[in-house]
Amino acid sequence: MKKKTLSLAVTALLVLALLAGCSESGMSGTVNTDGSTSMADVMGALTEAFREKEPDITVNYSGTGSGSGISGVLDGTCDIGLSSRELKQEEMDKGAVAHVVALDGVAVVVNPKNPISDLTTQQIADIFTGKITNWSELGGADAPIAVYGREDGSGTRTAFEEIVGVEGACVYTNEYGSTGDVIGNVAGNENAIGYASLSAVNDTVTAVKVNGIAPSEATVKDGTYTIQRPFVMVTKEGVELSEAAQAFLDFATSAEAAEYIAAAGAVYPN
Amino acid sequence: MQGLFTLCGLMAVGFVLLISVYLIISGLPAIREIGLGRFLFGKTWAAGQNQYGILPLILTSVYGTAGAVVIGVPIGFFTAVFLAKAAPKWLANVIRPAVSLLAGIPSVVYGLVGMCVLVPALRNWLNLPAGDSLLAAIIVLAIMILPNIISLSETALEAVPKEYEEASLALGATKLETYFRVSAPAAKSGIAAAVVLGIGRAIGEAMAIMMVAGNVANMPALTKSVRFLTTGISIELNYSQDGSLQRQALFSIGLVLFLFIMLINAFLNLVLKREKEG
Repeated sequence: MKKKTLSLAVTALLVLALLAGCSESGMSGTVNTDGSTSMADVMGALTEAFREKEPDITVNYSGTGSGSGISGVLDGTCDIGLSSRELKQEEMDKGAVAHVVALDGVAVVVNPKNPISDLTTQQIADIFTGKITNWSELGGADAPIAVYGREDGSGTRTAFEEIVGVEGACVYTNEYGSTGDVIGNVAGNENAIGYASLSAVNDTVTAVKVNGIAPSEATVKDGTYTIQRPFVMVTKEGVELSEAAQAFLDFATSAEAAEYIAAAGAVYPN
Repeated sequence: MQGLFTLCGLMAVGFVLLISVYLIISGLPAIREIGLGRFLFGKTWAAGQNQYGILPLILTSVYGTAGAVVIGVPIGFFTAVFLAKAAPKWLANVIRPAVSLLAGIPSVVYGLVGMCVLVPALRNWLNLPAGDSLLAAIIVLAIMILPNIISLSETALEAVPKEYEEASLALGATKLETYFRVSAPAAKSGIAAAVVLGIGRAIGEAMAIMMVAGNVANMPALTKSVRFLTTGISIELNYSQDGSLQRQALFSIGLVLFLFIMLINAFLNLVLKREKEG
């Protein structure tokens, strides 16, 4: 019995050694990434896929917000910074380099019975800040507008408010704890308007055109649909990445990553 | 054997202590950072702008509970009087199981029915944009506290000695006068306990009202979307980051809610004690 256990253990060890040898390049190490909380899903999908490819490299992710992720990489406290907005000029002046790994579209949705199907960014801003309160002001039925949004802390809410330029100024009728709740309640109320990640939109609601452009993977990719933001990996100019970090960055920007990015609900940019 | 039973008894005490200590430890840092006055009396809750005032949440919980009591207590009290004193036996046998069934319905089902029936109805009647409102929450809460009030008040009314009522009737009082002038005052501490227990249930409820209240941290108004202390915690917990001030402030809300419920319990004990002595 004892002998059997021993031989089993030895076999297991050998197999493990063999597997370790199988890793494509045999690289090992730790990659620390830090930044945007909105990128949690994309980072989760990418790190999981990367772990299968390079089992000896550990990728850590901590969601602290885009700003602190960028300053983290500039200060050298992490290998790769994560930002869900474009870099600002002063950040680029300090040497930050952007690598866009994905695009994220936010759809503005209304009830299918609502005749309105095209809004301008200004109209959307006016609706969400409470300047327009009745659909008739937009040529729709004479009914009050119910403005549905997400709770504070949601990445979708932050993205939507930032892009439309209504940060902290929104007057919501109702707030919901998940994207599914927003879509479900917009589907159940003819007066409602809300926003949701493009990947979550289904045919129970209508995603309106923004400035005449319907949201889709194609219009997000070519940039004509404006309520979108990039997911960016940030490095610092002149600082060489560790072998492991470089491998992860290469993987994240390669065509191979496209399916994982799509699975996480974002649009592959290239 | 004795030891085992003691252990079981102590477990409940242990859990209460554990939860209290945990809430105090995790709830205090945010209050210290924000400042007690600004936390309790601040009028804006907006984590995105770093504003953590829970006055709208406190007032909503107080108004919501008060509203539920105003609607629920008279209905519950009259039902209890009817059941204990006036109802024919067969009818009481129909109502009583219905009331216990009402007590057994999970709160998410109350919320679901409220969301699918009550909210659209309010939207159409009052021409509101959405219908999710303090009013909807009050109605749902009032129905939810009914069984507590009915069954406890009924027990209290039935415990009133028959001699009281017989004396009153013999003196020429009508049945109705007897029920409200003799039986109800004799059972008043039991009825008060029922009301306090109803308040406790209403203020601690989260799921059902989250589905009908709209959850925007507005100052309470009947037809506006509001956020209760309980729903304030549950709606933001998912996306608040670990260790952030927002997460800590949510624990502080929990602490405030906990204090509210302790106060209500202390009050309940006081009422029950008076009943024993009286």
